Amino acid sequence: MKTLLSNELLENIGRQSGPHRELVTRRDIKKYAVAVGNLQSKYVEGDQAPPLFHVALFWDVVGLDALSTDGLSKDPLLPKFPLTRAMAGGSRMDYVRDIYPGDWLTATRTLTNIYEKKGRSGPLIFYEVDMEIINDAGELVIKEKKTSILR
Amino acid sequence: MTFSQRSEPFSVLLGDKLPQREFKPDNVQLFLYNAILWNAHRIHFDETYTTEVEGYPGLVIAGPMIGDWLHQCVEDWLGEKGRLVSMEYSNRIAAYIGETLHCGGNVIALDSDSQEAQVEVFIKNEAGEIVAPGEATVLFVNKG
Repeated sequence: MKTLLSNELLENIGRQSGPHRELVTRRDIKKYAVAVGNLQSKYVEGDQAPPLFHVALFWDVVGLDALSTDGLSKDPLLPKFPLTRAMAGGSRMDYVRDIYPGDWLTATRTLTNIYEKKGRSGPLIFYEVDMEIINDAGELVIKEKKTSILR
Repeated sequence: MTFSQRSEPFSVLLGDKLPQREFKPDNVQLFLYNAILWNAHRIHFDETYTTEVEGYPGLVIAGPMIGDWLHQCVEDWLGEKGRLVSMEYSNRIAAYIGETLHCGGNVIALDSDSQEAQVEVFIKNEAGEIVAPGEATVLFVNKG
């Protein structure tokens, strides 16, 4: 089978971004919990971070000039793929330790896999990005695996 | 199955339903969500651009916010009886501002040795389509 994945592209597997260290604040937890409509007081009061708070904590804060017309910025971890239309992918999160205001967390993202599958209407490229979040004691807090699909 | 480690026994049965909850986000909520992320993707706040340039029927509800509602669906049911250990989900169909979505789910597996339950969750739209399916593992333990 003819493949879309050149060796040069596959050499990007293993590429990392980070480590990226951020402080968890009560105010950011409150903002996040309010914005998603969370009903639990421990989150709305900012006593503990709800699951998925790490999405906000580690979203890249890029400069205005790094945003394209659609408001997106390029993910520096990703190579240029021969397919560009994104399809629904999936995420898996393992929540190992709870997160509280005052915690310093460090995230490292790794491009762990690129593979091709035959879709109904042509080839599909799958890629996986793992994010590992640890605390200052080096303990695992959250492990996330995100699978994205391009067609 | 009753989780006996608890001072107040908490009973969970296979097939137990999670309480359903409605979500009707407006553009203020969508704006605040993307602001806390620092997500400037125009399809979440610029209606003219979204419909005329990108061709969507309306402002697109952010995928990870829908993912968050799956988490809330599990945690609102679980309360302080345990903790969410893992969640796997995908955003299958786009949803737009103006739509009313709802969550629900049920218990699909129980393990009395590990005190864990497997829970299937979903976000559905008004047409009854599953917008985002998910599967969670919860651990029933007393939190100190």
